[in-house]
Amino acid sequence: MSADAPQAGPEAVPVGPDPGLSARAARAFLVGLTRLVTGARARWVGGVSAEAQRVYFANHSSHLDTLVIWSSLPAGLRARTRPVAAADYWDQAGLRCWLARRVLNAVLVDRAAAQEGLRGSREALRCLLTALDLGDSLVLFPDGTRGDGVNVGELKPGMYSIARERPEVELVPVYLQNLSRILPKGEYLPVPLLAKMTVGAPIRLEPGEGRRAFLERARQAILSLGGEP
Amino acid sequence: MSRSWDPEILGLLGGIVVLLILGSAVGWVLARRVSDESGRPVVANLNDRIRAWWLMVAVFSVALATGGIGSVILFGLLSFVALREFITLTPTHRADHRTLFWAFFVFVPVQYLLVAVHWYGLFAIFIPVYAFLFVPFRSVLAGDTDDFLARTAKIQWGLMIAVYCVSHAPALLMLRIPGYEGQNAKLLLYLIVVVQLSDVLQYVFGKTLGRHRIAPRVSPNKTWEGAVGGIAAATLIGALLWWATPFTPWESAGVALLINLAGFAGGLSMSAIKRDRGIKDFGSLIQGHGGVLDRIDSLCFAAPLFFHLVRYGYT
Repeated sequence: MSADAPQAGPEAVPVGPDPGLSARAARAFLVGLTRLVTGARARWVGGVSAEAQRVYFANHSSHLDTLVIWSSLPAGLRARTRPVAAADYWDQAGLRCWLARRVLNAVLVDRAAAQEGLRGSREALRCLLTALDLGDSLVLFPDGTRGDGVNVGELKPGMYSIARERPEVELVPVYLQNLSRILPKGEYLPVPLLAKMTVGAPIRLEPGEGRRAFLERARQAILSLGGEP
Repeated sequence: MSRSWDPEILGLLGGIVVLLILGSAVGWVLARRVSDESGRPVVANLNDRIRAWWLMVAVFSVALATGGIGSVILFGLLSFVALREFITLTPTHRADHRTLFWAFFVFVPVQYLLVAVHWYGLFAIFIPVYAFLFVPFRSVLAGDTDDFLARTAKIQWGLMIAVYCVSHAPALLMLRIPGYEGQNAKLLLYLIVVVQLSDVLQYVFGKTLGRHRIAPRVSPNKTWEGAVGGIAAATLIGALLWWATPFTPWESAGVALLINLAGFAGGLSMSAIKRDRGIKDFGSLIQGHGGVLDRIDSLCFAAPLFFHLVRYGYT
């Protein structure tokens, strides 16, 4: 599978400003469908910024997470915001690949290689940095696989590397609520409850802050948004 | 279909439009007059509410215009959204996922299908008997017994309030009242107008004269002055609308009083659920009002009572 796709670099370049009519129609459809099924409303606690380049990092509990964040962004921001997704799942010929690359304009990273060793994780990081250098914002789920929707696991170090390598990028915590009830792990039929997305104020790497401390602070930044009803 | 536009329906709808114009005018004047900081959000909320009323009246009129089926579909959608709001705010477990899928995509449509085909016998027992028994069974198949009774009860309650009770409003259309054939849409309109006006008037009396709170821990905005004034005024309006119903004026007053009392009970009971969950509103779909369930909480309790009063008294 992923071993056959060694050239992750050039492929990570965005598809271009015009994704084509079918992809645009699919985008509008997905945004509408996601809003209908999840009723998601974004609450911007930390303000919306039209110019700033951002990395939205959120808790992961459902297959719908990416779609919810992506659909809840104002249209102008959405066009310049790319979800980060696992290549081993999404980069398969057919509908998935079309969805990931053309419709969502996702940045695909090799999850398995990234977990295996230093070389793989450096490659994954390079993909993300390339996307950032092109001026796009990113959506990523640094606690890895989908959790139970209440707790947030330890964050993976990639977040820290981004913060260190691109200090000008705003790191924005996002808390997603109820998505694990709408479409939990292992289910394929959604129950249409109301989801909630809270977008917090950006955080940055403090001078002299270590990796562990920063990742814990980022994790707390997500959790702190879940407190209010 | 054409019968639903009889002159009396137009009279009722015309009356509502006149009230809304009046309300909008008052809201406009208040918005100009209000100067102090504490009054401004109240007036802004009032104007949001009035604007939302225009929209709700428009949607409801379109549903009535399509004859029976439009009303059944509209109330079916309201039930669906109300159940969504209810279950969202009542914690369920992962093990309830499939049960909830049944609740939303089987029980809601089937209940309204029974209304649409006028199958009264099954309509009356489908949710309180069969959905009631199915819910625990489906949940237990998932193997999680923690809080089992509480989880089951929450889903059953949601179905009862948001689906079963609400479905009694469009079910009025299936009643056969001698001498009143083909005019049942007016009964539905009467129920909605009286119960919703009671809510509005309780709000108006409460905001202007309200002093003594009825249950400060449950609903801080409900006062004795608001409740008594609102229910009395809405009962008077109900009596004055007797011409649109099969009731005599006195009967109409009695029916209006009973459904207003039931509506009050509904509002208070649903408030208790909200306080228990630590929230102010069930949702935010209707600007100024909160969620659908916040708007129809009184209707949930009033609709079954009204349905049975008519069914046992006039058919």
